[in-house]
Amino acid sequence: MTLDAAAKKSNWFSRLAHPGQFLSWSRPLVLPLAVLSALLFAIGLWLSFFASPEDYQMGDMVRVMYVHVPNAWLSQFVYGVMAVSALGTLVWRHPLADVAGKAAAPLGAVFTALALYTGALWGRPTWGTFWEWDGRMTSTLVLLLIYLGIIALWRAFDDQLRAARIVAIVTLVGAINIPVIKFSVDWWNTLHQPASIFTAKGPRMPLSILTPLLIMAIAFTLLFLTLHIVSMRTEIFRRRAETLSRQAALSAEAN
Amino acid sequence: MRAFTALIARDLRLSLRIGGEALTLVLFFVMIGVIVPFAIGPDKGQLARLAPGIVWIAAFLSMLLGLDRLFRNDDDDGSLLLFRHAAIPLEAIVAAKTIAHWLLTALPLLVATPVLAILLAMDFESWWRTTFSLLLGTPALVAFGALGAAVTVSLRRGGLIAPVLILPLCVPVLIFGVGAISGGSSGPALLFLAAISLVVSTFAPFAAALALRVAGD
Repeated sequence: MTLDAAAKKSNWFSRLAHPGQFLSWSRPLVLPLAVLSALLFAIGLWLSFFASPEDYQMGDMVRVMYVHVPNAWLSQFVYGVMAVSALGTLVWRHPLADVAGKAAAPLGAVFTALALYTGALWGRPTWGTFWEWDGRMTSTLVLLLIYLGIIALWRAFDDQLRAARIVAIVTLVGAINIPVIKFSVDWWNTLHQPASIFTAKGPRMPLSILTPLLIMAIAFTLLFLTLHIVSMRTEIFRRRAETLSRQAALSAEAN
Repeated sequence: MRAFTALIARDLRLSLRIGGEALTLVLFFVMIGVIVPFAIGPDKGQLARLAPGIVWIAAFLSMLLGLDRLFRNDDDDGSLLLFRHAAIPLEAIVAAKTIAHWLLTALPLLVATPVLAILLAMDFESWWRTTFSLLLGTPALVAFGALGAAVTVSLRRGGLIAPVLILPLCVPVLIFGVGAISGGSSGPALLFLAAISLVVSTFAPFAAALALRVAGD
């Protein structure tokens, strides 16, 4: 690649990520993404309610899985997004990265809370308990607490640029929890079942269950992307409004 | 290395001269041991069974209380700015301050554990194990605490945020710390606890120094 091409490529990338540019290219994306995720939700819900078999032990209760697993997957995926944004903030000081990190935190907290909630609803009839201090549940609860701590830290700062870099450090430190969640079912063999989709021998479930699960997972991920883009746009608008009101106050003072 | 030890000596001197903050912390630590029997009843068997956990939680809360002092005073009087331009790197300074903080807040608690052992009806064996696991676990708590204090040093109302941030991170320390007590003196939990302490106290000064630099910009 010539130097000229490299410059052009970096321009393309930085133009894509400039807050003003982001506002203009993300605007037409929101509606199609929302429609697509709604469509996938409709298909996924229909499949999981009517076209997938009952479990031979759990009966209809197995259908909780189609909501529980995508939420649990997103609880970690969103943290991954936050960790990447944290790197973007710390390494490249990218203005859009801290907006992305800030917008993702409440979404991740909600997905984690939903994963815990659906897990409790599922656990009560099948395991006989809402909650058990099992490795995966405990580490997911810790993840929720980390999310809430990060949100609290965001709100404690007035200066959002400084907040972004401090929160980025905390986010990266908190990321050690993600592999703990992933491997908790292998390290502590307690109540929660071990990995059953991404295993070395392939998924350990029939296609009639796997298909609705994957569609629901994609639907939830698209839902996250939609909400994330909308909330990033809101955050950028909020910062602009703040700047404008400061400028207005400054000029009012000058007059 | 001279600057390193001088910093530790400075922090120790400052804290000892200001008068009894370490003692107040010990008082708080012991008071939790006094409060608990009122809350769960003075039954000796039950107290003895819960005692290691109570001692760990008491130590944990006392460490959280003392956190704010780690960088706050240096930030107020401007020493933190000087440290950033010192001859030794900021990471080493943070490490020195963390060691001094451990000596000031964790060591007195370890010395005070016999009082709690008597109050909570612990026998010698379980007292010894609790103290040993505290000795191994508190460096990790202090290191996480240094990170929390560094992150919130630029916040005027950061007093509550730091504990909320580091509490979830400290959960593994608590799990293995209490696990080491029941698991015997050479179980895997004790080794895990020591490993966590080593890893955390190695990496925390770097993260905390980074946070201090960002906060000072």
